[in-house]
Amino acid sequence: MKKWSSLALAVTLGAVLTLSGCGGNNKNAGTEATAGTNAAATTAPESSPDAAASTQDTLILGRGGDSASLDPAIVTDGESLKIAHQVFDSLLEYKPGTSEVQPSLADSWEVSADGLTYTFKLHPGVKFHDGTDFDAEAVVFNFTRWSDPASEFKFEGDSFDYYDSMFGPDGSRVIKEVKAVDATTVQFTLNQPQAPFLQNIAMTSFGIASPTAIKEKKENFKNEPVGTGPFVFTEWKHNDSITLDKNPNYWKEGLPKLNKVIVRSIPDNSARFNALQNGEIDLMEDLSPDDLSTLEGNTELQKIERPPFNVAYLGFNFNKKPFDNVKVRQALNYAVNKQAIIDAFFSGQATAAVNPMPPSLWGYNDAVKDYEYDLDKAKALLAEAGYPDGLPDTVTLYAMPVSRPYMPDGKKVAEAIQADWEKIGVKTVIESPEWATYLDDTKAGEKDDIYMLGWTGDNGDPDNFLYTLLDKDAIPGNNRSFYVNEELHTILINAQKETDQAKRSDLYKQAQEIIKADAPWIPLVHTTPLLAAKANLKGYVPGPTGTEYYSEIYFE
Amino acid sequence: MNSYLLKRVMVLIPVLIGMTIIVFSIIHAIPGDPAETILGQKATEQSKQALREQLGLDKPWLQQYFNYMGDLLQGDLGTSIRTKTPIAEEIMPYLAATLELTAASMLFATIVGVNAGILSAWRQNSWFDYTAMIIALIGVSMPIFWLGLMEQLLFALKLHWLPSIGRMDQRNPVESITNLYIIDTIIAGQWGQLWTVIKHLILPSIALGTIPMAIIARMTRSSMLEVMNSDYIRTAKAKGMSQFLVVYKHALKNALIPVLTVVGLQTGALLGGAVLTETIFAWPGVGRYIFEAISARDYPVIQTGILIIAFIFVVINLLVDLLYAAVDPRINYK
Repeated sequence: MKKWSSLALAVTLGAVLTLSGCGGNNKNAGTEATAGTNAAATTAPESSPDAAASTQDTLILGRGGDSASLDPAIVTDGESLKIAHQVFDSLLEYKPGTSEVQPSLADSWEVSADGLTYTFKLHPGVKFHDGTDFDAEAVVFNFTRWSDPASEFKFEGDSFDYYDSMFGPDGSRVIKEVKAVDATTVQFTLNQPQAPFLQNIAMTSFGIASPTAIKEKKENFKNEPVGTGPFVFTEWKHNDSITLDKNPNYWKEGLPKLNKVIVRSIPDNSARFNALQNGEIDLMEDLSPDDLSTLEGNTELQKIERPPFNVAYLGFNFNKKPFDNVKVRQALNYAVNKQAIIDAFFSGQATAAVNPMPPSLWGYNDAVKDYEYDLDKAKALLAEAGYPDGLPDTVTLYAMPVSRPYMPDGKKVAEAIQADWEKIGVKTVIESPEWATYLDDTKAGEKDDIYMLGWTGDNGDPDNFLYTLLDKDAIPGNNRSFYVNEELHTILINAQKETDQAKRSDLYKQAQEIIKADAPWIPLVHTTPLLAAKANLKGYVPGPTGTEYYSEIYFE
Repeated sequence: MNSYLLKRVMVLIPVLIGMTIIVFSIIHAIPGDPAETILGQKATEQSKQALREQLGLDKPWLQQYFNYMGDLLQGDLGTSIRTKTPIAEEIMPYLAATLELTAASMLFATIVGVNAGILSAWRQNSWFDYTAMIIALIGVSMPIFWLGLMEQLLFALKLHWLPSIGRMDQRNPVESITNLYIIDTIIAGQWGQLWTVIKHLILPSIALGTIPMAIIARMTRSSMLEVMNSDYIRTAKAKGMSQFLVVYKHALKNALIPVLTVVGLQTGALLGGAVLTETIFAWPGVGRYIFEAISARDYPVIQTGILIIAFIFVVINLLVDLLYAAVDPRINYK
């Protein structure tokens, strides 16, 4: 045995010596290099455009994280909904690239005059991936599953959060009843009118699942989803990849154009970009602004911009003095140089934010003027507030420890703002605890004076920005400023009940004026999230809410 | 020998229990509400509260600990809060991925490290000795993160020799049986795919194996130098034995014993160090599994994951100790 091991070592020694070239034999390395390139040319067809490109029908997408679950009803995270969006259809959907509602599983709908009854005509002949029929009963089954707290199909640990937040929690449900009139007609009766009702129905979370599959698979449905969508779920390797195959019987003619979609989780942005350049993936999400110039220098790749549908902001903590003083908040608003921040940290892929919602959203108030960068005005306001020499205490500024689509590098931006504020006599200390702690702390509002955060819209309605983030009802929760304005509250509640969009739009415009004057936030930027793809990838329409249809994608 | 083995195994039990207590208290000392992180910013307060109750997070942590241990003793490793899947079911593919990567890294580290160490000792103060030890010094201090990205840049992006991420070519996937793809492809007899899998292993295992490689090289060198100066080697040389035989037959056997310890310790350390490598190379291993669980405050996964790694670590140490006896009969366990 001992002889054997010595021999083995001797052999491996020889192997290592040959392989390593024993400390840098250049001639040897040179020949290996040529051999390597030849090998690469034959084994990597994606690097030779004419060989594979014309026939490519598999898309490999690289993204930063994995899905938590594939049942869209029980999740709220974008990564989960992204996949569900390909497997499930909702009654309505958003027109690609917009937040406008258009028919999907429901061909048409009628609203009663009082706004309490919605009657949907369903597309006939649609089948779920398991071969069962999609009909009005299936719609009723799904909505009952989400609304009935005692549903036997609400499995352990599940909560239907989006249903609760869009249609009210148990006890104050918006939807009173869902009824199948006949096989292709389904009727919703509401307890009270809800303006964004159709907008809500179109959300991916309300994708219609196969009742048969839920009954059979039970808990496991979240790992093996069955819908009517363009792609059929095939395999999920956790933290690695999700494979979707073409639904050959998809009810929309000629779709999907791809045969297979593989979604890979590649957490590191640089590694993901490396993989794209190396041809291992075809499309990547969340390109770092820093890599933009490399991308633009590569003719084999293209840049894709997702429409800005988010806001990054600094919020004042009203529980802390002197930030309950509007003059102090306005002064600090005047002392942030947004354009300099955009130029330095966003490679220009952002616009300065004036209001708490993006300009692309209806109801946006163009008339609101921003507090422009003006240190003299800032100093004057501080003096008026009783702080002629700047703030006496050091301010704790919470800067985000993680990269988000609306804020790639929170700490650097915070440092820039820190330097600006220093000039008006406001000293800050930047704190950046780990993300879960960060969210906890800002929600409790005890440690931070000013915090940085952001939001990406879910459903293309101003309510999802203004009410969700700044109404007094959102305390504790998303209103981490503890900002309470009764007048604003009345307007936002009225806007929720109003069904005339023009009137709603006016209400939201008023709301933005009030918010601007109160300055509970310093709105920073609306970013344009960047994606990168192979140059020959076509038909990808980035959606503002971050959910896209892969059915239209093809390779040239 | 058998009673020694028994004793060693018995010692593992208090070690592992101590481990659970430490892990459990550290996790609960970290601020951050799991309900908030799991359900996200967009969930309602009611559902967060419901989740806390359902997970027992509103109970005192001592009670939570005993509940957890009770389940563990019944063979229930817990259920992930985030994915709502039993951990025992979920962790196997991750574990396999990490084991494959760790094994490849240690193979690389040991073969290169041991041989570089031997050669350095054999040709002490030669140019090879100096070069190797300088490389070893750089190797020990190399940040894995940086090394990984540089490897990708050079070998994947510039030279196109090797793939930069993942465990296999997704366009031509490997069918998993054991989740150890090397073994899976051999079982299936798919030699082309075996080569692809090996190619995917090369860059991450070099990144992960560089530090242990350097440590092993230095250890081997000093251990060899010591042995080479001993009387019996001088005798062997005096008898006119060939250099190669003296080094590889006589000296190595004794020099390897301390090296073995280092190899064992480093293998354990790799399990923990794998998280960076797994992130850079999108390697779906247990390091990333635990890392993501920490970000999501997925308590059961953190606990069980760390416990499993600790278990593997102590088992490796046990194996090393047992190997001593096999290599060196002078070691007596009485």
